[in-house]
Amino acid sequence: MDFNAIRNLISRYCTGEENWVDSRTVYIGHREPPPGTEAYIPQRFPDNRIVSSKYTFWNFVPKNLFEQFRRIANFYFLIIFLVQLIIDTPTSPITSGLPLFFVITVTAIKQGYEDWLRHKADNAVNQCPVHIIQHGKVVRKQSHKLRVGDIVLVKEDETFPCDLILLSTSRDDGTCFVTTASLDGESSHKTYYAVQDTKSFNTEQELDTLRATIECEQPQPDLYKFVGRINIYQERDEPIARPLGSENVLLRGATLKNTEYVYAVAIYTGMETKMALNYQSKSQKRSAVEKSMNAFLIVYLCILLSKALINTVLKYVWQANPNRDEPWYNEKTESERQRHVLIRAFTDFLAFMVLFNYIIPVSMYVTVEMQKFLGSYFITWDEEMFDDEIGEGALVNTSDLNEELGQVEYIFTDKTGTLTENNMEFIECCVDGHVYVPHAICNGQILPGALGIDMIDSSPGPDGKEHEELFFRALCLCHTVQVKEEETVDGIKRGIHQGKGTSFYISSSPDEVALVEGMKRLGFTYLRLKDNHMEILNREDEIERFELLEVLNFDSVRRRMSVIVRSGTGELYLFCKGADSSIFPRVISGKVEQVRARVEHNAVEGLRTLCVAYKLLTFEEYQDICQLLETAKLALQERDKKLAEAYDAIERDFILLGATAVEDRLQDKAADTIESLHKAGMKVWVLTGDKMETAAATCYASKLFRRSTQILELTTKRTEEQNLHDVLFDLSRTVLRQHGSLTRDTFSGLSNEFQDYGLIIDGATLTAVMKPDQDGSTGNYKEIFLEICRNCSAVLCCRMAPLQKAQIVKLIKFSKEHPITLAIGDGANDVSMILEAHVGIGIMGKEGRQAARNSDYAIPKFKHLKKMLLVHGHYYYIRIAELVQYFFYKNVCFIFPQFLYQFFCGFSQQPLYDTAYLTLYNISFTSLPILLYSLIEQHINMDILKRDPSLYRDIAKNSLLRWRIFIYWTFLGVFDAVVFFFGAYFLFDNTTFTSNGQMFGNWTFGTLVFTVLVFTVTLKLALDTHYWTWINHFVIWGSLLFYVVFSLLWGGIIWPFLNYQRMYYVFMQMLSSGPAWLCIILLITVSLLPDVVKKVMCRALWPTTTERIQNADKLYQGHLSEFTPLSSLHASHHKAADAHHLNPRRSEHPSKKLMYTHWGGGADYCTFSSSFGHLGLHSAYSWGGHETSV
Amino acid sequence: MKNQGTTNRPDNTAFDQQRLPAWQPVLSAGIVIPGFLLVGLAFIGIGVALFVTSRSIQVLENDYTGTGSSVHCSECVNPKTTPCTCQLNFSLSALFQGPVFLYYGLSNYFQNVRGYGSLRRPSSSCAPYQYDQNTTIAPCGSVANSMFNDTFTLYQLVNATRKTVPLDGKGIAWWTDYNIKFRNPPEVDGSLAAAFNGTVKPVNWPKPVYDLDPTNPANNGFLNQDFLVWMRTAALPDFWKLYRRITEGEYASGLPAGNYTLEIQYNYPVANFAGRKSVIFSNTSWMGGKNQFLGIAYLVTGSLCVVMSAVMLIVYAKFNSPDEDF
Repeated sequence: MDFNAIRNLISRYCTGEENWVDSRTVYIGHREPPPGTEAYIPQRFPDNRIVSSKYTFWNFVPKNLFEQFRRIANFYFLIIFLVQLIIDTPTSPITSGLPLFFVITVTAIKQGYEDWLRHKADNAVNQCPVHIIQHGKVVRKQSHKLRVGDIVLVKEDETFPCDLILLSTSRDDGTCFVTTASLDGESSHKTYYAVQDTKSFNTEQELDTLRATIECEQPQPDLYKFVGRINIYQERDEPIARPLGSENVLLRGATLKNTEYVYAVAIYTGMETKMALNYQSKSQKRSAVEKSMNAFLIVYLCILLSKALINTVLKYVWQANPNRDEPWYNEKTESERQRHVLIRAFTDFLAFMVLFNYIIPVSMYVTVEMQKFLGSYFITWDEEMFDDEIGEGALVNTSDLNEELGQVEYIFTDKTGTLTENNMEFIECCVDGHVYVPHAICNGQILPGALGIDMIDSSPGPDGKEHEELFFRALCLCHTVQVKEEETVDGIKRGIHQGKGTSFYISSSPDEVALVEGMKRLGFTYLRLKDNHMEILNREDEIERFELLEVLNFDSVRRRMSVIVRSGTGELYLFCKGADSSIFPRVISGKVEQVRARVEHNAVEGLRTLCVAYKLLTFEEYQDICQLLETAKLALQERDKKLAEAYDAIERDFILLGATAVEDRLQDKAADTIESLHKAGMKVWVLTGDKMETAAATCYASKLFRRSTQILELTTKRTEEQNLHDVLFDLSRTVLRQHGSLTRDTFSGLSNEFQDYGLIIDGATLTAVMKPDQDGSTGNYKEIFLEICRNCSAVLCCRMAPLQKAQIVKLIKFSKEHPITLAIGDGANDVSMILEAHVGIGIMGKEGRQAARNSDYAIPKFKHLKKMLLVHGHYYYIRIAELVQYFFYKNVCFIFPQFLYQFFCGFSQQPLYDTAYLTLYNISFTSLPILLYSLIEQHINMDILKRDPSLYRDIAKNSLLRWRIFIYWTFLGVFDAVVFFFGAYFLFDNTTFTSNGQMFGNWTFGTLVFTVLVFTVTLKLALDTHYWTWINHFVIWGSLLFYVVFSLLWGGIIWPFLNYQRMYYVFMQMLSSGPAWLCIILLITVSLLPDVVKKVMCRALWPTTTERIQNADKLYQGHLSEFTPLSSLHASHHKAADAHHLNPRRSEHPSKKLMYTHWGGGADYCTFSSSFGHLGLHSAYSWGGHETSV
Repeated sequence: MKNQGTTNRPDNTAFDQQRLPAWQPVLSAGIVIPGFLLVGLAFIGIGVALFVTSRSIQVLENDYTGTGSSVHCSECVNPKTTPCTCQLNFSLSALFQGPVFLYYGLSNYFQNVRGYGSLRRPSSSCAPYQYDQNTTIAPCGSVANSMFNDTFTLYQLVNATRKTVPLDGKGIAWWTDYNIKFRNPPEVDGSLAAAFNGTVKPVNWPKPVYDLDPTNPANNGFLNQDFLVWMRTAALPDFWKLYRRITEGEYASGLPAGNYTLEIQYNYPVANFAGRKSVIFSNTSWMGGKNQFLGIAYLVTGSLCVVMSAVMLIVYAKFNSPDEDF
């Protein structure tokens, strides 16, 4: 901190005052300094309003229109519409104007609605009350009215409303504790310091007399950097200038803890707060499907242009003969004749464009928008994603990305609060090999209560009894937990409601809290630290007092901590707790073997274990220790080293008491979710700010790393031993050797079943990897790193700063495969990666709603991700893929006959279909079936999708929108169009097809083609539909019926508002002819035939997993969808079951790390745990632990 | 943010939860192979019926353009010889089953070009045949102006005397065209001619619209059958249009074997756009005129279906592993 201040000063004076122009001066409490000191230049700062909305009421229409027409497609339709208005085109402007108007309106309504929601959210934030000091009084104001220079009063557990400089606190030393959990994810309490010269101003009245200005830099997004200076004016004295650093700045979003109140002055407000600056870069995300769609669109645009060009050229070639250009029966008007040939050619070109423009369907955009908007309600409505605890279901913030949920390849997840509940739970302890569990289980119900100790083993003897109590006392004493007395109604209870007291414990280490709470349940309650005496309430409800003499603090090198206490009877104890590896070597007696066995067992279970040991000190020994510590503490040089030596000397010759097991409670079903995601072929990365050991334990517990996973470490510790270059090459060699020994197929198969690798990397090393090297070999490191990552099924990145998380996501996102990434997190520290990833998912966590607000989707719990991706994502993807392909297909079918017709009408841009048909084809005749399909199609049952995650691989890599498939659809469309057109052509070939000899004209021809067209494309969709609800029946048959009824009406009435009646009775006349019926039936059959044959053949010869499942489902008459046990699911035996078979085999190879979790309790769990031989015991515990979380 | 509690809980309806009961058909072999077989057989049946029917229909087509390969009416090709009447002789060796329909056919004639019908914009405009020297043309527009005006008279040669075969011009246009779609202006003083006062005949027409059929006063004005037939523009550049029916008297059952002469008043110029004119005698069946296409197409499609079902059967038998077969 000193260093910071000095650096600030240096940087200030080195750069010189003049250059420091990017600064702002804040007058505290808006009071000007005494006159003459400096010219008062009022600066304008924004108010404290947070704006995440895009539009206001006034600018909505112009801004939204502008935004919409910036989309290429909309702009294109606008141009077509204008062309139709200006020049003589074959179709009326209504045909394209109406759909365009429809699109624009629907989109505007949707965007308006979404923006309205954002306005509402903003208002909720902006209207939070804040307390401001004005004229010595506390005034309540709405948050958005807060201005720079206001003095704000923040009380305990309140969140800071803007960036503040801490002036004074309720504590005498001018410090306050803050948790920045929602900002950077660190849930521990950090200490912030008030300005030394103002810390005495801690009443409203005193503050009113404070005259000071703050000079500071203009806002910048770095959370940990701040440079400023405060000038305090006192009576007639020169102002006192004090440097300000980041330790004085309270950031918006952080929460005040353990401090009654603070006074602070606002320096950055509203959109200028560091938090807002960090999250502003919210850019429009586009899904992979949309990108494919745009690519297809370009192809179709080319087709359109070439069609128009071909026809224009042919027209002029054909018209080279003047008798064809202008036969006597069809003379031109004078004005037409006088027009220059180039202008004529150009208008012809435009007219052809207009005629064929339907090939790029306007309505596709409407349908896609509607599909996304309406479809997203299924996420919101999903009852399985509703969480009773917080009373909310999933939220959809952007419906544009629904289908992207089905394409995810990489998942980046936060640990704290996302995978885990950030809630440690004491599971058991073991004293001399006797196991204690703090609660009994009775019929699956938990009986809370201090006396519910379960003694698993036989009761210990009197000697054991003594040890037992000593063990409990040791745990009650050996910690740095603070006790918070009063009851604060706050969501962040650490789960001690079972306890009697109203107090709860706070510590920077949640493990310690869990231990102390566990002891409480076992009968020893730590009450408080008073006058350097620790008070314990023992089982007999007597208060025992221990004098706390020394605390040998925890550090990550020793991995243990100790306390020296004096008991009431005057005995001196040294209690030590720490990791097994750091305790066992220092133990001289005790039942080491039994404890070690239990510790190892618990470690395999994924529990966090600690060992407890003690020794009795004589007074002389204590004297020596004090001496030793004193000298070490006073050492000026190498103090740390000397302290470590002292600790080492003190902490030895222990007597082992026992061990504890604490569980970092995973979120419900987190492991099961991760396992499913793995099976679905996704790579899961954990990005956390937490330390490596904790994070790794979580990874094991959540099955991210399996027992068989070989862990590759790329950490600072390793790079210290070897240089980065060698480590990287080492690792890549390890990974690639394996890679080479396997065929590509097996490898890309089921999450690398043979040997999977897990990588652990920390923030510092990552920076080194990413940093451009001096010799410019940076790309090389990055590439090697990526290569390693690609071959690891799981990666753990620990000690990550928020921005680094985003960097990682970006790195993967732009690696050469361009995988689809998903980031999920709950805290504000995850926002950057949520925004960076293709899909950002926020957990509606305890740490505020920052993540949920900035995410694309918000879900209550991590487990909901499974359904979100495997079911909803899958559905949305197949739905929209079909939607896109089908739309292009049906418009090829629609327009290609019109193109062919030009060859038979002298390239005169004669439309084949009537205007009404042209307009309504996409809007009403064929719109609803595909929209409905794209909303409710389910090619496979929901439960099967959930049960067999490998089905997700079927649609990976945008597989339904590959070029091959697109070309197939396009050719199918062309084929159908050729069938329609030439079918009708040959039918019309110089013959009549009524028995009364009357002839039909060109409109009958068009209507015949159109009828076949509508029926074919609708039936094609019917063939593709696998999920026929009554709505499907209604819509598909309904829209065909609608077409018939419409045509009857349209042709059955002389419409007075039309200036032509060319469709009059055309449809009826056509239907009165037998051959027309036969022709329609024939053409529909012929058009559908190839597709059916192809489908059936492919299903028989090269079935996809999806199709197999469908067959199997059919075979079981839909019983698969019911909750049958997994073992009976024969359907998945093709792939998924292989994984199960592999499991026992895998357990034969012992791997480096022997940790496994009992979480997830499915079939896998049984397979695994049976190899350990204490299944019954194990499951009893696991269920006990499981239940308490609910 | 929102009010907490169970009020937010989504509705547990089948629709909301995407669990509507549904029929989930699968295109499996069990359905498709018999389906194909059935469809194939049905199509073959229809195809045979169509084909046989089509073969029984008689068509007699004579080109009378007078140029090129056509020998008939070559004397009338020169546009200066007006009016020009030419004769077309043919003989029938057997009865031409009635009712016989007389068509005229035009080829390389683009009735379907844009701008020929009333499709020029503004679409109400009939330009360039809207006005003739500032007087409104009735009926206006290119289609009306270029109305086909060759006339045909059919004689049977019985013992070297020409016996007129009565041609029926009623009902050759669509009933709706004649009765509903087209309307004459209200007659003034019982005279149709007066109703068309203030209009002139189309440029190419020899006589005004109210005088199209001097033999039948009810067949004049816009409600002239030939005019209405012409106004229904053909879909393709080679087209037939119904001219007359032979339904009366002794010819009602058909044209008996013998020699016939068709007297053609050759007015309509087609030479300059390389068009051709022909006259066609044809009878019909329940499926209309002679059309081999439909029958053949049905036969081919039907056979394909049968073949495909056989192929699929083989494929299923061979490639389907037993555990998936059912």
